[in-house]
Amino acid sequence: MIRINCPFCGERDHSEFSYGGDGSIVYPALDAPVEQWVEAVFQRENIRGVQTESWQHVSGCRQWILVERDTMTHEIHSVRAAHEGVAKVLEAGK
Amino acid sequence: MTRFSAWSVFRNGLSGQSGWTRQWRDPEPKKQYDIVIVGGGLHGLATAYYLAKNHGQKNIAVVEKGWLGGGNAGRNTTIVRSNYFLPGNREFYEHSLKLWEDLSHDLNYNVMFSQRSHISLLHSPAAIDGAARRYNTMRLTGTADAEIWDLDQLKQEVPHLNYGPDARFPIRGAAVQKRAGTARHDAVAWGYARAADALGVDILQNCEVTSTTRSGNEITSLTTSRGEIQAKKVGFAVAGNTSRLWQMAGFNTLPIESHKLQAFVSEPLKPLLDQVVVFGVGGAHFYISQSDKGGMVFGGDIDWYKSYAQRGNLPIVQDVAECAISILPCLGRVRLLRHWSGVMDMSMDGSPFICKTPLNNLYLNAGWNYGGFKASPASGWYFADLIANDRPHETIEHFNLDRFAQGVVLDERGAGPDPKLHG
Amino acid sequence: MSASRLEQGGRIDRSSQVSFKWDNQNFTGFVGDTLASALMASGETIFGRSFKYHRPRGVMSAGVEESGAIVTVGRGDRRDPNVKATTQEIYEGLEASGQNAWPNVRRDIGAVNNLMSRFFSAGFYYKTFMGIPPMEWGKGTGIWMQYEKLIRKAAGMGVASREPDPDTYEHGHRFCDVLVVGSGPAGLAAAVQLAQAGLDVMLVEQDYELGGDYLNQTSPDAEEKRKASIKALQDAGATILTRTTAFGLYDYGVAGLLERVTDHLAEPSPHTPRQRFLTVRAKHTILATGALERTVAFGNNDLPGIMTAAAAATYVSRYGVLPGKKVVIATNNDSAYASAMTFARVGADVTLLDARGSLPDSVGGLLDSKGIALKASNTALCANGKRVISSLDLAVDSGAGWSAGETVDCDLLLMSGGWSPVVNLLSHRSVRPVWDKDNLCFVSPKHDEPIQIAGSANAVWGTSDCEQSGKSAADAAIAAINGDKTSVSVSTAVGGWETPIKPLYEVKVEGRKLKSFIDPQHDVTADDVRLAHQEGFVSVEHLKRYTTLGMATDQGKMGNIIGLALMAEALGREIPEVGTTTFRPPYTPISLGALTGRGKGAHFKPLRRTPMHEWNLANGATMTEAGLWQRPWYFAREGEGITEAYIRETITTRETVGLVDVTSLGKIAIQGPDATEFINSIYSNAFAKLPIGKARYGIMLRDDGIVMDDGTTWRFSETDYFMTTTTAHAAKVMVWLEELLQIRWSHLKVHVTSVSEQWAGSAVAGPKSRSVLEACVQDENAVSNDALPFMGVIETQLKNGVTCRIARISFSGEMAYEMYVESDYSESMMDMLWESAKSFDGCLYGTETLGALRIEKGHVTGVELDGRVTIEDAGLGAMASDKKSYIGSALRKRPDLNRPNRPQLVGIIPKERSETFKAGSVLCAEHKIEGHGEGWITAVTHSPSMGHWIGLGYINGGYSEWSGKTVVAADPVRRGNINVEIISPHMVDPSGERMRG
Repeated sequence: MIRINCPFCGERDHSEFSYGGDGSIVYPALDAPVEQWVEAVFQRENIRGVQTESWQHVSGCRQWILVERDTMTHEIHSVRAAHEGVAKVLEAGK
Repeated sequence: MTRFSAWSVFRNGLSGQSGWTRQWRDPEPKKQYDIVIVGGGLHGLATAYYLAKNHGQKNIAVVEKGWLGGGNAGRNTTIVRSNYFLPGNREFYEHSLKLWEDLSHDLNYNVMFSQRSHISLLHSPAAIDGAARRYNTMRLTGTADAEIWDLDQLKQEVPHLNYGPDARFPIRGAAVQKRAGTARHDAVAWGYARAADALGVDILQNCEVTSTTRSGNEITSLTTSRGEIQAKKVGFAVAGNTSRLWQMAGFNTLPIESHKLQAFVSEPLKPLLDQVVVFGVGGAHFYISQSDKGGMVFGGDIDWYKSYAQRGNLPIVQDVAECAISILPCLGRVRLLRHWSGVMDMSMDGSPFICKTPLNNLYLNAGWNYGGFKASPASGWYFADLIANDRPHETIEHFNLDRFAQGVVLDERGAGPDPKLHG
Repeated sequence: MSASRLEQGGRIDRSSQVSFKWDNQNFTGFVGDTLASALMASGETIFGRSFKYHRPRGVMSAGVEESGAIVTVGRGDRRDPNVKATTQEIYEGLEASGQNAWPNVRRDIGAVNNLMSRFFSAGFYYKTFMGIPPMEWGKGTGIWMQYEKLIRKAAGMGVASREPDPDTYEHGHRFCDVLVVGSGPAGLAAAVQLAQAGLDVMLVEQDYELGGDYLNQTSPDAEEKRKASIKALQDAGATILTRTTAFGLYDYGVAGLLERVTDHLAEPSPHTPRQRFLTVRAKHTILATGALERTVAFGNNDLPGIMTAAAAATYVSRYGVLPGKKVVIATNNDSAYASAMTFARVGADVTLLDARGSLPDSVGGLLDSKGIALKASNTALCANGKRVISSLDLAVDSGAGWSAGETVDCDLLLMSGGWSPVVNLLSHRSVRPVWDKDNLCFVSPKHDEPIQIAGSANAVWGTSDCEQSGKSAADAAIAAINGDKTSVSVSTAVGGWETPIKPLYEVKVEGRKLKSFIDPQHDVTADDVRLAHQEGFVSVEHLKRYTTLGMATDQGKMGNIIGLALMAEALGREIPEVGTTTFRPPYTPISLGALTGRGKGAHFKPLRRTPMHEWNLANGATMTEAGLWQRPWYFAREGEGITEAYIRETITTRETVGLVDVTSLGKIAIQGPDATEFINSIYSNAFAKLPIGKARYGIMLRDDGIVMDDGTTWRFSETDYFMTTTTAHAAKVMVWLEELLQIRWSHLKVHVTSVSEQWAGSAVAGPKSRSVLEACVQDENAVSNDALPFMGVIETQLKNGVTCRIARISFSGEMAYEMYVESDYSESMMDMLWESAKSFDGCLYGTETLGALRIEKGHVTGVELDGRVTIEDAGLGAMASDKKSYIGSALRKRPDLNRPNRPQLVGIIPKERSETFKAGSVLCAEHKIEGHGEGWITAVTHSPSMGHWIGLGYINGGYSEWSGKTVVAADPVRRGNINVEIISPHMVDPSGERMRG
């Protein structure tokens, strides 16, 4: 069981969350060329080691979070709110 | 190669087993090979075997970082079936099944392919219709072993399922592939290794590729833990770790994410279940069969998060146990003996890659999701064909990396571009 | 072997006699006995049969490592196969029986296999059974499958019940500071130290009694120390669980525990679960899991009457059972000396063979005084005896290896080949143990896990050293919890023997053929290991898989290291160079019932019911499953089946009015200043100019341009929208919108809230639908054609004052409304609607009629939008805007999604109108009924409007390509082939006059 420290709810079992995917993907503008969309939607670096990934606390606060996690050891290095504005507010409040 | 037979077993029994020799050699790596296959799993070994057998290639090496068959070859639930329905997939897996049917004789190694039937339980009229489309397609594409069973027939054939009133999802029928079944997974790796070795293939274990050398648009050599190996052609067959090798070849991304899948075996029991039974409804996914040794072998979904670790976590263990008891309530007192996990290449549409790459002499075999075991004979067959002829066979014309840019839909589940959803 | 109960001693309660059955014979034992100790006390010697050769198996140990005494306990639907007799407590009325034998374990016909064993070497089955013998002629799998039937019958061990397990199980969650596994001297010391330091400690012990090795010690000191520690723990408020196995360690300090609550009880309370599975989250874990004594490979080392030395001493000291009177003990280390003394003390005739030439000084003197015969440089070579051991051929170390020695009579042979620390749980964490060449065992390496390992689990052998080791581990755990990284790892104070252990894994002499077992359950012999080597299976994992060594129910607890040592010898390498196999969870087998807990039967998955569920049932609904939901399927009237009912409902709805519960649709409130922009970006059709008070049908695509879901979105104000989704995709769409807003488009000021459970709804469809509404709302003008035109939306009051949301939208093709009220008022809304509908001879309908109505109209649902079709394929190309960009708009332009001749949505009717056909049929050209065909049928219904069966489906090129041609609906798996015609999918009222009317 991975334990994820949700910035909103505290440490919880990973089974409360759902894994999204590679959190480093920057999706192009809706009107961007097809090639950029192909790259963003289908191509993955698939890091073995520490990657940034998205999770949603789907059975909790339903917030999406960005987690830096080692895909070999499952060790989590950091967790932050995925929403940029919210992350900034939380950061400022620390 | 000593031919295996009842006769040779008898003779060696009398001679204190003195006549058996190594099943495959342990050669020193040569400086150069015509073809180097990276990955000594089922797909890599099968590829080497068919390159030698079907294409007369003489100078082939399989390089394996650990011991052969040590990856997903030995970490699966050994199910063999061809109940796919999309054009390309269907033909590919059916070809694989046909290779399976004669594999023991072809390899002179008993891979124990047991065509005991693969039974997918159906729980609603809509599910029966959905399965009918798939199984009708199977019939129309040339095999007579696809059937839809009603409840009465199912009860007769598989008596211990939960037909009771307390079932959360009452069973209404089943879709059945009769030629499908299970095989002895390790034997497949060893059988291919022995047969390939007999045809002159060098199987190099404990030989990890650490980098590649490129010249122009070609790979010229591989640096391995056992020295530099030059190759005219290189094939990658390292599902689970494809991305790492891909990056060693100088590329960046692939339509693949690595996930882990757990598998489970119970203590050995006298025969209890004679078929492969698959259960999938209400978000559940579960498959079970009984090994010849008597263990109930079963599995379910991947662990839902990306991972390269060959160990699982408890939530899926519980999910799988719930599924087991849900369809076979008599298993409540049966004990789990062992659970383990393997790392899968989950692709963006659930379908694999057997294709050329941007490098002229590099070929890719990857993206098997968690269906790679049954595919291994055909995977080797078509990959060998691709490497030998430098063009994809029409059956696998869409098993390429370009299909996403082209918009070719090869998504059996219709789940879309999310690797974890393709089981 | 002539075991008997001692007159006195042991921890059993001699005042409480227990009667039980073994193979239908009556036996007695005492409270505190295991099945093994009680049967041994009664003189039983053969408890089981091995897997392959059916050789007799006696008790080999006194614990979970047991590989011989594997039995079946219970009967009927409470039958438990493969139980280790050494861990099963007896209780009044217990019934146990032998397994894998016929007629019984004492006289087993299957033992004939033993005569054939020379042919059944490792891996022989890979070499034969393929075809017709002797040369394996033939093709295919037919012959193998005949053999397989026989092999399956012969294999397996116990017989499982065929009946559902009647017992209940529980799953619980626990948290603690430190989980201590094992309650021996190290574990108890650690737990006390931690608890007294104020930490929240959980101590788990697989045995029914706390104490571990204290329980085998007869000194009053040990018992006092044990009791004092337990009291200290209780006083400090520690959680103590006995009969509880920590079966696996997982990520983040999570452990899986299995507590056996009633397996030792004659009459458990019906309200008590049989077993409890606990998920424990510990900040730190201390493994004081002990060590297991190894045996040695020598001739016939599997005969009943041969067991490990410390286990045998346990039977004497803990259970008051003397397993044999004429005892030979063979050892390569100091630990067996204590076992020898234990036997000597109770009057057994003891011969001690020490493989070593130089012996420990201190114990040597003691041995003399007890009259124990000591033979240095001697060990066991081959046991003799037909069914149990009767004598032993010795081997003597002449300085140049073993040679045959004398033969001694004995009825019990005890082996000590060294000790293997139980590092299994650490191995679950992918920590590879390292070889300790002084103690000849694998021990924990330095590692980063929040785990300490203490006592003999860390190769610490003496009791007081173990206690000290436990305390050190506790200190390290406290430091780690306090964030002190410097003192986290325990100093490895390993060892403690006076004289070094001597490597001894197999005893053999030149020229003598021996059957020496290293996995007695699976009949893996030393020769099998050598054969594996000979055939190139030299890696540990290959060895394990080729020979099946370590794959039995004990998972190699006794034999793995011998196998490793023999392979090392064959390779001419050291053991650590050969490696170790990875231990997998669970440590000991655990029932699937316990892992399942309550999540079985009807509770396997949540059941979702709409707030009108009871109302629907009360009004005659037959329900059907829709994902996790139960929805009304049809409302049969007297004498009707499903077909009659849905046809009537369809006709009634088209002629007057019908009501259907649509609560299961997903409902999402989308609110905020940027809501319009957001909605316009997720739907493929234009939403930017949707007026307030209007609804619009929308289609959303996935990123890859394939259709994801459809539904209507209603606009209530500048900033307030109400979106409905399909039942199937409600959760998925909600997650998707949250992802977009929180990750991709965090600049948008929009809030989404799932309100699926807040609003309950009904569709009201049919020519009389407006009249029905008029009768139910306070202001009937609110629902007039002007106030509420097609695609109009209002919020108004029902007659009972309840606010309802109504949109005039139609899935049925009739003039129709969807109306929602707060869930708590749904029954009153239905009462009103139904009261009114009845006055128009209306009906209630369910999903079957919903389907019939929408198929007639050519409206798509999930079966058409199956995750592979484009918006154009579904005939909805007009809904894909070219004027804006939206999710999926880029990738839907990919070439193959726009090639001509893609499958298109069409209507299908039987050529012979009286015929029926089925969804799931493959559409084929008339004279080419093969291959993948030209399309497929997604849905069918009888259409009352058209008077025959109709269907929807896809066919390459669509209607224009196939209009007027005969097409075959091929359904070989069910009813064969039917000729059909392809028509427009809009089969009833294609211009939509009825719904606009």
